[in-house]
Amino acid sequence: MATEAMAAPGAVTGGKIKSELMQQRVRAARWFLLPMLIALAVVAGWPLLRSIYFSFTDASLNNIDGAEWVGFSNYLRVQVLDSGAVRYRGLLVDPSWWNAVWNTLRFAVVSVSLEAVLGMLVALVLNAEFKGRGIVRAAILIPWAIPTIVSAKMWSWMLNDQFGILNDLGLRLGLLSQKVAWTATADTAMTAVLIVDIWKTTPFMALLILAGLQMVPKDIYEAAEIDGVHPVKQFFRITLPLVRPALMVAIIFRLLDALRIFDLIYVLTPNSSATKTMSVLARENLFDFDKFAYGSAMSTLLFLIIALLTILYIWLGKVRFDGGDR
Amino acid sequence: MKLNKLLVGLLASVTLVVGSAQAAELSIVSGDTGNGLAFLRSQLDKFEAETGNKVTIVPMPSSTSDQFGQYKLWLAAGNTDIDVYQTDVIWAPQLADQFLDLTEAAKDVAGSHFPSIIESQTVDGKLVAIPAFTDAPALFYRKDLLEKYNKPVPATWDEMAATAQEIMDGERAAGNAEMYGFVFQGNAYEGLTCDALEWVKSNGGGQIVEADGTISINNPQAAAAIDRAASWIGTISPEGNLAYQEEESRGVWQLGNSVFMRNWPYAYALGNSDDSAVKGKFDVAPLPAGDGEGARSAATLGGWNVAVSKYSQDPEEAIKLALFLGSEEVQKERAINQSNLPTIPALYEDADVLAASPFMANWKAIFEQAVPRPSAPTKIKYNEVSSLFWSAVHNTLSGNGTAAENLEGLEADLTDLKGDAW
Repeated sequence: MATEAMAAPGAVTGGKIKSELMQQRVRAARWFLLPMLIALAVVAGWPLLRSIYFSFTDASLNNIDGAEWVGFSNYLRVQVLDSGAVRYRGLLVDPSWWNAVWNTLRFAVVSVSLEAVLGMLVALVLNAEFKGRGIVRAAILIPWAIPTIVSAKMWSWMLNDQFGILNDLGLRLGLLSQKVAWTATADTAMTAVLIVDIWKTTPFMALLILAGLQMVPKDIYEAAEIDGVHPVKQFFRITLPLVRPALMVAIIFRLLDALRIFDLIYVLTPNSSATKTMSVLARENLFDFDKFAYGSAMSTLLFLIIALLTILYIWLGKVRFDGGDR
Repeated sequence: MKLNKLLVGLLASVTLVVGSAQAAELSIVSGDTGNGLAFLRSQLDKFEAETGNKVTIVPMPSSTSDQFGQYKLWLAAGNTDIDVYQTDVIWAPQLADQFLDLTEAAKDVAGSHFPSIIESQTVDGKLVAIPAFTDAPALFYRKDLLEKYNKPVPATWDEMAATAQEIMDGERAAGNAEMYGFVFQGNAYEGLTCDALEWVKSNGGGQIVEADGTISINNPQAAAAIDRAASWIGTISPEGNLAYQEEESRGVWQLGNSVFMRNWPYAYALGNSDDSAVKGKFDVAPLPAGDGEGARSAATLGGWNVAVSKYSQDPEEAIKLALFLGSEEVQKERAINQSNLPTIPALYEDADVLAASPFMANWKAIFEQAVPRPSAPTKIKYNEVSSLFWSAVHNTLSGNGTAAENLEGLEADLTDLKGDAW
């Protein structure tokens, strides 16, 4: 692979001219990477470091510059009461935080699994030859192309208990016996969010898997056909192993996205503990509650949790990003 | 050479801007409900005609909790794009540092407003905002339905629930399957704090945090009041009420699908507009009382004010705009067109106002004994207090624990939050 060759120019056999050319290319590559690295450092690295810094201070929105270092006390501190009782305070023992972590994880796991399965189905259909395939492929991307905030608002009207089209359809078709307040109650609010998220991001999953599917050589299937291998067995023995790299990368993208879910939940559901996620809670503390430092601590933990899960996933799933996963 | 030209050009444009300083371009943010923005525009047009300034409205979501987060962020960042903010009555202590002191500018007019409102907008001797209108909610009731079923206007919550149930059952039997008894603001946001404070206070359960800073919410009367409200969900109120803000409840009401509604007076003028299904069929009354010791009708004090950002690039013109929006002239228009309650006592006796919104004659008394939310004693922590309170109530309404359990937890959380002092 080109990247491997670039990373180890010395390993390339051949004359001096070739390795000089390689070195030149490596130098050029570094220059091309530079603008992106600077941009990343400015828009991602700097804010991240600032958030981490603020989480160790007593910053408030009205007094950001006057923030003073307080160590780990936003995360964990010990209070000794007058009675002598010892109690722990701080983010690491805050039940509302762990409730939000749990909500987020539950949401991420359920939504990404369902999206992976549905995305695979859609991709298999789109991979087949049929008339009007181009149009269907374009059409299926529409949910993904609509800005989340717009689709969240749109769905919140569709799911509305009194004026929503879903209740109206359900009643007319006899599927519902009475109007359901989808987004209002704790039992259905998370389901409503999942439905909208799956509707929105399955196309993305399907597209990435489809790209993987098209890389699979046709002759393997022909050989399997001749040997009389059942289509289901073909799928599990040929298709799935061969698209696995693409699938794993698609899942990781979605997982990163799902763990920082904010807009859908913010727009779609009441601000109750049943659906609050890490991002929603962090925003509330940062801006609404004048606890900028505490909110920064949440953002920092959110970052660490996402990083940890991603590393675990890459390690356990043996994901390789160069497509060499076989 | 090029740079020089650029500089000259820049300087020229600066001179131009300074030269035309009389005609300022101002921006005002507003998250008004119903047709409030259209009304604001009509008033701004007058202001533009009088002063030659140009004013742009930046619309915001109507949830006051959402607005606050955004404003706080803008103000902390020293945003110069917004000159004038429409502020909720509870925000003054939290945003006081970021707004200009209007004491001097308003010294001639401050005396004409209710002293209690001016006081609520004064923080450490600084007048943070000019009152634009005040708010005290009402029980909206369908007089045609009450007459049909021969029921009086309910004076207690239990009476209200019984009447609502009976009429709802009757109307449903008569073929209107969409009929409900009572809608209110049940979403988990500031509006629920207002509604629940009324239930608690009207039941003699105190006002969450008392004026001296004591946390009083964990008491049997408060728990009974919230349990009572929880019993409405799924019976006289739709389950979806758990996600309703003002506009959603007005939606159900204005389609004629509810016997009662708790809402702010703005819904009066809108309910009587031509496209309303309940036009001429409803009236308003003070909210019902609870039972037990100290029970009385209680209305949460609301209201909106106009504040000038200290980052405004044209503070003089911006202050003029704020004063204009709080003036008697605009407040009178507001009272007539929007049925918003004026903050100027004299307007409650104005013949034009009373012709348009007859209920206002009674509202001065209601306003005068309205319950303030505990934003004054809890100061900068008010938002968190309110959020903890509405979460406890929302949990109870959703059937997630009883009121007594949730209020006990709330008391512990508030005590933690309070620490040594608010």
